[in-house]
Amino acid sequence: MKMIFGRPAGLTETLQRYCPGCGHGIVHRIIGELLVKLDIRERTIGIAPVGCSVFADEYFNCDMIQPPHGRGPAIATGLKRTRPECIVFSYQGDGDLAAMGTAEIIHAAARSENITVIFINNAIFGMTGGQMAPTTLPGMKSTTSVKGRDIGKQGYPIKVCEMLASLDGPYYLERCAVDTPRNVIRTEKALKTAFAHQISNKGFSMVEILSMCPTGWGQTPVQAKKWLGEVMAEYYPLGVFRDLSKEGK
Amino acid sequence: MPEVKILEEVCKGCGLCCDNVCPENILILIPDRINSNGYHPAMVTDMKKCTGCGYCFKVCPEPAIEIYK
Repeated sequence: MKMIFGRPAGLTETLQRYCPGCGHGIVHRIIGELLVKLDIRERTIGIAPVGCSVFADEYFNCDMIQPPHGRGPAIATGLKRTRPECIVFSYQGDGDLAAMGTAEIIHAAARSENITVIFINNAIFGMTGGQMAPTTLPGMKSTTSVKGRDIGKQGYPIKVCEMLASLDGPYYLERCAVDTPRNVIRTEKALKTAFAHQISNKGFSMVEILSMCPTGWGQTPVQAKKWLGEVMAEYYPLGVFRDLSKEGK
Repeated sequence: MPEVKILEEVCKGCGLCCDNVCPENILILIPDRINSNGYHPAMVTDMKKCTGCGYCFKVCPEPAIEIYK
């Protein structure tokens, strides 16, 4: 009997310290598989974020760096420019990328740095205890918006893919989710495309992944999965926002 | 005949694989068994029905599922 599905060689044997039902593990597994499938594990440098996945260096079986909060794209820029033969990916959450790292992500995208950014959007600051993030939906309850996010006081959420799609720099932008097997398979394809563009030196690619945070949302994993599909994916529509390869560039 | 192996010590009992993911609906969380982390691990009730599609593996965050064929 041959194993057809199982823990990929791109992940270490360390048990992940995420809550039950967290979407991080699914994305870790996809990246771990891609590192082996594309045969890039030996020359990949990953950037771990600040957030729940701050220990990503223990989980990925490749070289990792852990920069200050939000500075992933800036560190990735330096790495890629000094070691162009390496594959550099920055793994960031929504607090990391859309709050502290807004300047870094916008300028890295505008310069069209040849890096891949993986953006996990769970609409909340997960690690610090479920506080409101720039991506929290209008009316959504969190520990710092107990009556729901009030548009009049706290403003509107940032839609990162749409914002970056207004720039000329990015080569590939897509938003996916990890709630159903169908969406997980789509995410696998999107991440593979993003890494393939970096390998062929096309420029900046980012994949935004809507992910569950059952603990931060105060729901069971199954409720969180349904809420993601029914409410969150309505506000953050899934799809490809930029793909210059289809325009022959 | 595919065979699903669930790593009980790795499983966190989130139940994502048990909720309308399996086309044959043969995955459940075992109510009377607890692993060393305090979670109820998942179990396949009828291995003969399994088609080896891998949907349970795709949604498993750990991944605590291995499929052999």
